[in-house]
Amino acid sequence: MDRDDLLMRAGICLLIGWLLLTLILPLWWLLSKSFQNQNGEFIGLANYLRYFSTPSLFASVWNSLFIAVLTTAIVLPLAFVYAYALQRSCMRFKGLFQALALIPILAPSLLPAISLIYLFGNQGFLKDWMFGVSVYGPFGIVVSQVFYCFPHALMILLAALSLADSRLYEAADALGASKTRVFLTVTLPGAKYGLISAGFVIFTLVITDFGIAKVIGGRFNVLATDIFKQVIGQQNFEMGAVVGFVLLIPAVVAFAADRILQGRQVALLSARAVPLVPKPAARRDWALLVFCTLVGGMIFIVLAMAAWASLVTRWPYNLTLTLNNYAFGEFDSDGWAAYWHSVQLAAWTAIIGTAVVFVGAYLLEKTRAFAAGRVIAQFMAMLPMAVPGLVLGLAYIFFFNAKGNPFGFLYGTMAILVINSLTHFYTVSHLTASTALKQLDHEFEAVSASLKVSLLRTMTRVTLPVCLPAVLDISIYLFVNAMTTVSAVIFLYSTDTKLAAIAIVNMDEAGFTAPAAAMAMTIVATSASVKIAHVLLTRRLERRTQGWRRR
Amino acid sequence: MLVGPYLSIERLRKQFGDFAALKDVSLDVMSGEFVCFLGPSGCGKTTLLRAIAGLDVQTSGRIMQGGRDISNLPASQRDFGIVFQSYALFPNLNVASNVGYGLVSRRLPRAQIAARVTELLKLVGLPEEAAKYPAQLSGGQQQRVALARALALSPGLLLLDEPLSALDARVRAYLRLEIRRLHQRLGVTTIMVTHDQEEALTMADRIVVMNEGVIEQIGTPLEVYRHPASAFVADFVGTTNFLAAQVVGDGLVRFGGLSLHCEFDSGPQPGQQITLAIRPEDLVVRNVSAGAANTAEVKVTHIEFLGSFCRVSLGLGEQPAALLADFSINVVRDLAISQGQTLLISLPPDRIRVFPGAPQLL
Repeated sequence: MDRDDLLMRAGICLLIGWLLLTLILPLWWLLSKSFQNQNGEFIGLANYLRYFSTPSLFASVWNSLFIAVLTTAIVLPLAFVYAYALQRSCMRFKGLFQALALIPILAPSLLPAISLIYLFGNQGFLKDWMFGVSVYGPFGIVVSQVFYCFPHALMILLAALSLADSRLYEAADALGASKTRVFLTVTLPGAKYGLISAGFVIFTLVITDFGIAKVIGGRFNVLATDIFKQVIGQQNFEMGAVVGFVLLIPAVVAFAADRILQGRQVALLSARAVPLVPKPAARRDWALLVFCTLVGGMIFIVLAMAAWASLVTRWPYNLTLTLNNYAFGEFDSDGWAAYWHSVQLAAWTAIIGTAVVFVGAYLLEKTRAFAAGRVIAQFMAMLPMAVPGLVLGLAYIFFFNAKGNPFGFLYGTMAILVINSLTHFYTVSHLTASTALKQLDHEFEAVSASLKVSLLRTMTRVTLPVCLPAVLDISIYLFVNAMTTVSAVIFLYSTDTKLAAIAIVNMDEAGFTAPAAAMAMTIVATSASVKIAHVLLTRRLERRTQGWRRR
Repeated sequence: MLVGPYLSIERLRKQFGDFAALKDVSLDVMSGEFVCFLGPSGCGKTTLLRAIAGLDVQTSGRIMQGGRDISNLPASQRDFGIVFQSYALFPNLNVASNVGYGLVSRRLPRAQIAARVTELLKLVGLPEEAAKYPAQLSGGQQQRVALARALALSPGLLLLDEPLSALDARVRAYLRLEIRRLHQRLGVTTIMVTHDQEEALTMADRIVVMNEGVIEQIGTPLEVYRHPASAFVADFVGTTNFLAAQVVGDGLVRFGGLSLHCEFDSGPQPGQQITLAIRPEDLVVRNVSAGAANTAEVKVTHIEFLGSFCRVSLGLGEQPAALLADFSINVVRDLAISQGQTLLISLPPDRIRVFPGAPQLL
């Protein structure tokens, strides 16, 4: 065994240890907590029995499922047509529509809820459109969720529709298939797995989201708000743990189903495929333009509404514009400090997270032997995707507060927020890194060994530079998510580390809706600037260091 | 000078779960030799190469290189250079940096590295391309850069893993000569894995034919082609007619309605099932006199034109394509061979190989 081999084994063990500490053990603590009474004695399934026999609690299961299924059913067709317009038509203003539709990803989920309150709430200026139905409740939740989930579904479907073999279409045409038949037999099957994946993503996002239901849910209870009520409201940690596990089930099922179905996917696109280039078709292109204008217009209205609301003096009595709502100190004890905490959290998560994720993925993709460790680590890296942020946050409370935990000192610090955010968003980052690494020639490491060059040198000299775009993608993904997340951190912040997204919840709760909107806009602005900087930086780096990509 | 083989493999075994990729393979390679591992995909040739390199460790067995037991050494402590089918050039480094990659780690003076890189690039015929990136080169050029990189540290052993398979036919033929020329010039012991018999026949000093984890035959290209040790080798290297026959006496077999003389040692007993193998180009059609030994009357059922020769399907009795024969264009023209014609052919006894058992569909 040489030095590289030892390093590799040590690295994989470290990775397993890390995921054990930040993911598996906390979840285990949560699970065991749900079988205990308040004194920490084991009481078997008693908590679960009480949960399922209390109608007010159990009703939330149906509510959550109802909201999730309805949202999925609405978002999926909308996002598919929108993605189809962007990838497969010759519609005009594609860039504009794409940018517009992806902006909500930069916003906390609370933003659309606040916008809707301004539009359709008790004092909303479109309240008459609601025919007496209250926006507080399932209606508000579903509409907000649609807005929040749309860009996530769109990204997956854009990727699914991005590539197609034009020869399949030519063959279908030559065989005299009608346009509808071509769509049903070629286009749709090609995007099938993208649709399935998008469906599961929407379902999971909705069922695990906490912010929207909190702001606009009114008396309509869902699982996510139940956890919050049990833990923060009633200090009933054991029942919180039970709800947490109930919430974990649909998320895990959706995740497992998706993984199994994705496993069946075979590459439809061989290396010899001729990429499809859409041809103009006036009627289709116009129809899609109208559709995208409608959908994009609604997205714009929701965003603009939040922006406007944050600038209005006193809704709806005094509509003069002001920046007073951005003086957060007037409404929340932490003021702007909450915002800076969020920036700090996002920056740390991005920096540390990118390093951990990339090195972890490298160890799993680019080294050989030690199969057992590899399989365990791979499984652990996929797991966070199935764990809702709220559940992870709750698990952290139990684990890091446990008596005798040597890592207890982390509780209440910025560090625990960073660790939590990194774990929460680990899977997607890991998959991005793995995909990039898989595209490299598998024999680089073998060549290095034959040339007596250490793995470390090859990693820094070749692998990392070649993967630089993916590395930047990961860091930006971590940054934006850490900036906007509410659910994972709501249980973990302390007075010294309150975050911007939590300030939104608090201010909204205290009736300061306009400052809440202002804080949401501040987050959007920050994420957007970082994203723009990322695009510019990537372009520059590609010009400077990726010159080899051009022929 | 080293006495004995440079590389010696003893009872090497590689197990993947229940599947044995290498079944107790033993092999000696002499210093300076060019050896090809030839076989269909999954025969274990690449596994054997990777075991020699230390990239995939064998389950059991011993590998000696230059008198040193390297069985348990990691790849980085063995002495070899390697070239892969995919080139595996570092895309973000230019040609010079790729070739000098291993030299830089040696902490050699910069000028010395530059001189060595120039020398190597000249050796592979790419002195002008030092500043280019791999993506700017053709496949053949990239593979030559990979070759230069593998030779940079002057390894004792050069391993080539299907180095030509990703290239166009023309480039492949050219590089074949190039690699052979390089080998003769440097005298480095070379092992090349290939599934292409033509590559093996033209390049190797010795060919190791492998199938299902075992070595079927080791021999010079001529030996392997002329005297295949098994029906598998006869079929895999070149084209062969396999005929089901029965032993009737000493050196005499019965095939269809024919009695044929052929050469085999006393092994098979009368009545036993055997397989006769004869190559299409060994069937004789000129100057065959009726009634002579080993002749047969056949009917031309199909003619396939292949440029310099024709592959002719010959019907025997009820069988429409009992035999394939390669007749040069000369023969076809001179004898005016055409479809439906009846011909008298002979199967020379010294060209017939005999294998035990009935023919298997390979």
